[in-house]
Amino acid sequence: MNKPSPPVLQVDGLTVAYRRGQQSLAAVRNVSLSIAAGQAYGLVGESGSGKSTLALAVMQYLPENGQITGGAVRLAGQDLATLPREQMQQVWRDQIKLVPQDPGASLNPSLRIGDQLDEALRDGGETGQELRSRSLEQLRQVRITDPERVAASYPHQLSGGMQQRVLIAMALARQPSLLILDEPTTNLDVTTEAAILDLVRDLVQDHRTAILYVSHNLGVVATLCDRVAVLYAGEMVEDLTTQQLRLRPLHPYTAGLLDSVPRVGQRAGVDPLLPIAGNIARLDALPAGCVFAPRCHLAQQPCLDVRPELEETSDGGLVRCHRWREIAAGEVSASAARPATIVVQNDAPGDASALAMTGLVKRFPVRRSLAEMLRRTSARQVHAVDGVSLHVAPRRTLGLVGESGSGKTTTARCVVGLAERTGGEVTLFDIVLAPGLDARDASVLRRLQMVFQNPDEALNPYRTVGDVLQRPLQRLMGLSPAEARAEAARLLEAVRLSPAYLDRTPGQLSGGEKQRVTIARSFASNPDVLILDESVSALDVSVQASILNLLTELQAEQGSAYLFISHDLAAVSYLADDIAVMYLGQIVEVGPTELVLHPPFHPYTEALLSAVPRLDGATEESIRLPGDLPSAIDPPGGCRFHTRCPRLLGDICREQEPPWQEAAPGHRYRCHIAPDELAAVQVIAEQNGRLRREMSGAGR
Amino acid sequence: MMDGYTAGGGSDPASLVSQDRRRSLPAGFSRAGRLLRELYARPSSALGTTLVLVFFFMALFGPLIAPYSATEQIAGAARQAPSLQHLFGTDHLGRDVFSRVVLGARDILALAGLGTLIAVVIGTLVGMFSAYRGGWVDEISFRLFDSLLALPALLLALLLLGVVGPSRNSVLVVLVIVYVPIVARVVRSVVLSTKQKGFVEASRVQGESTSAIVRRDIFPSVTPALTVEAALRFSYAIFLVASLGFLGVGVQPPNPDWGLMVSQARPYVSLTPWALWFPAAAIALLVVGVNLAADGLKRVLLPGRQS
Repeated sequence: MNKPSPPVLQVDGLTVAYRRGQQSLAAVRNVSLSIAAGQAYGLVGESGSGKSTLALAVMQYLPENGQITGGAVRLAGQDLATLPREQMQQVWRDQIKLVPQDPGASLNPSLRIGDQLDEALRDGGETGQELRSRSLEQLRQVRITDPERVAASYPHQLSGGMQQRVLIAMALARQPSLLILDEPTTNLDVTTEAAILDLVRDLVQDHRTAILYVSHNLGVVATLCDRVAVLYAGEMVEDLTTQQLRLRPLHPYTAGLLDSVPRVGQRAGVDPLLPIAGNIARLDALPAGCVFAPRCHLAQQPCLDVRPELEETSDGGLVRCHRWREIAAGEVSASAARPATIVVQNDAPGDASALAMTGLVKRFPVRRSLAEMLRRTSARQVHAVDGVSLHVAPRRTLGLVGESGSGKTTTARCVVGLAERTGGEVTLFDIVLAPGLDARDASVLRRLQMVFQNPDEALNPYRTVGDVLQRPLQRLMGLSPAEARAEAARLLEAVRLSPAYLDRTPGQLSGGEKQRVTIARSFASNPDVLILDESVSALDVSVQASILNLLTELQAEQGSAYLFISHDLAAVSYLADDIAVMYLGQIVEVGPTELVLHPPFHPYTEALLSAVPRLDGATEESIRLPGDLPSAIDPPGGCRFHTRCPRLLGDICREQEPPWQEAAPGHRYRCHIAPDELAAVQVIAEQNGRLRREMSGAGR
Repeated sequence: MMDGYTAGGGSDPASLVSQDRRRSLPAGFSRAGRLLRELYARPSSALGTTLVLVFFFMALFGPLIAPYSATEQIAGAARQAPSLQHLFGTDHLGRDVFSRVVLGARDILALAGLGTLIAVVIGTLVGMFSAYRGGWVDEISFRLFDSLLALPALLLALLLLGVVGPSRNSVLVVLVIVYVPIVARVVRSVVLSTKQKGFVEASRVQGESTSAIVRRDIFPSVTPALTVEAALRFSYAIFLVASLGFLGVGVQPPNPDWGLMVSQARPYVSLTPWALWFPAAAIALLVVGVNLAADGLKRVLLPGRQS
């Protein structure tokens, strides 16, 4: 890897502009980078940083209104801009391949996987049989264990992770020299993401493919790449090795991105995240000086007036900051000052519960014939939630984690009444809640509210913010319109937005601002219990950090209890006092956060923890779950996790439902392995991992 | 693979800066004004809008423009070719074709317009509530509508008119019956996708009543598609009214209905071809105009759905 080899990709002073009306907006400005064979290069930044534009410009595949206005892209020394269209098509076919973010949209839904892969492999001249055997070989290479079945499937029959593997197989079919991955794991579960990252890492080593990996997640980039470029508002602000990124980034923006991502075990009350203030600069209103200055805690007068140059640092990195020498010398810190510690005033866990579920069951019928439809019966059912018992104590947060398909969201919907439960009981303090929303009266609705997943869909695009906030105040709280407007302004201030937002519509807000408004809306009725369903997952890291902090502060101020649902174990552990882990409709582990994150834990929790991308480098002994989540129509017998369990004992797991084991007071998990035995193997695994990380020279 | 990619490139700065601010309009006149300006930004929709406006002008001020009345038989002036005296000539009964075309605009626009309006209102209500409520009522009513849609509009109209007898009111009723299912279906599809969205569920969790949700959350999302659909329905309604007039089951003589005029001039086409050409051209121009304007509306209100 250290041999000097000519770069596969060389980008020199690239500038890309988009036309908008009469304006021309430079979305990428004067960016240079080079990637050698076998090197993985990460490109990191928030939405709007220009990273996808750069990737498209490298491919010479910009949208119609985009144009390269300066600089050059060279592939193995060849300037791509000078190539005629036919030769560029050859390059697209053989040399540069792209794996996009949304695998579902990139596969032809009407062709079987095998046929699509054959097409990618076809050279002309080979027989169909030869072609197919090469296709199957290609699928095996991306660690698909049953290539025949996958080749015979249509895309919709495969999970997102499997589709992404297929796309990687297609991309690698012709041994390209450059592979561009644009957020390939952003829509996937952590467990699937970990497996895909392992795969890409091995492929780089085996094939010596050059990789350009575009992501907003520094953790992902750090586990995979050798070198990282950080982009902000179209400019490269820092270019450094992963090693330097872990030890000491020099640019305040890079540091801000790092400080925005919660590490597993980081707690809001102890070690708060340090989000980057403000929003990313707009291309039509770029600051005169340093583009990052308006958001930078180190900005001084020169930063506002003079645009800094990209300078080379002593250890071979590049940084665009007036004050990098002071940062390098340790005179000032690139990290923002710690805010006053967020006051967390959670009561000690008592016996009282604000929200309790007892044996909650939700089944969805799968009706497959007219007769079943008429009789309103069904032979098959999806067991989405199967006997969940949980309780959330007043003023505390319960985090619910699991992969997609585990039943977390259905649980939330049954609690608020958007879905009617099939069985079990839900109580709010002492009130037994009716299954459906229509049967719940306003006094109950007021005390139990929900923040939805996608901020873009959670606000009516045709209503102003004021309208959105006033409505529940008038309906649920009985305020007059004038009172409601005053109260709406107060709510906005509570979520750190100015009352000027009252007259704006959602189209004028950024993603983070929208989520603040939806949070304000759910706090309008001052609820006792708030359900947060993946409420930060769709946001950029820096925005996510500020929303997580906001939620913590609001809880301290308002005293609401939270049920915080996420697939991101790090985000959950940051906020939650207690964690429940869900798998295939059942709770497999529950307990106080500190205890759940340390051995002994359920093997599934162990796998989830192991899959979280870490800045300190991944361990090679990580636990990876084989295959996909089994179908909830016909869940596996015995222990539901036995089909994927890394610590499978034997027939007992396949045949008998596991008992609850008590690891510590309040910390229980469902497994056949006793706590002391489980702790013994897991502690050793953990130590091995830590040792390996230390040996590889990292450690933050 | 590449195509899928360009469709999914959501995080690039181009989309950040070109964020659509159209949705944040204050209601009222400035909105209509802006819509008009956007329609005039493209030549084809500008042409269509102009044509429509000209015909509306004719419908409003027809009696001031037309030199003769619609029924006046000018003595000794039958079967005259177009001239300065009679711009579009005269028909076999000596009536001024220009006056009849100008005066006919009001009838056809009022009839088609009113029919479309009623159909859109009923169709929207049916579509919104049926789709929002769902269940077997929705299932049954839309199977019924589907079976109505299986019949060609003209055939259905002829059948209905055969039952109720030809008159202006019957034509109106027929328009409504023919177009309600079509409008309801369009509205329903939008509602079905909107009702899954977080903001509707948020309203439900906050205890909003069904009618409030339909009115406040669902209806505004329906309006762009509905406006486009209404414009399209209007153009088909014009065509249908003219066709029924031509077949003699619509507006009855001596009203200056364009379809009727074409049909009356048909036997004399070798003697007074102009009496056929001009009303036919009026129908064609109006339908084309409304269609072009509707297409323009679609581009403005429903960007990205230009199939």
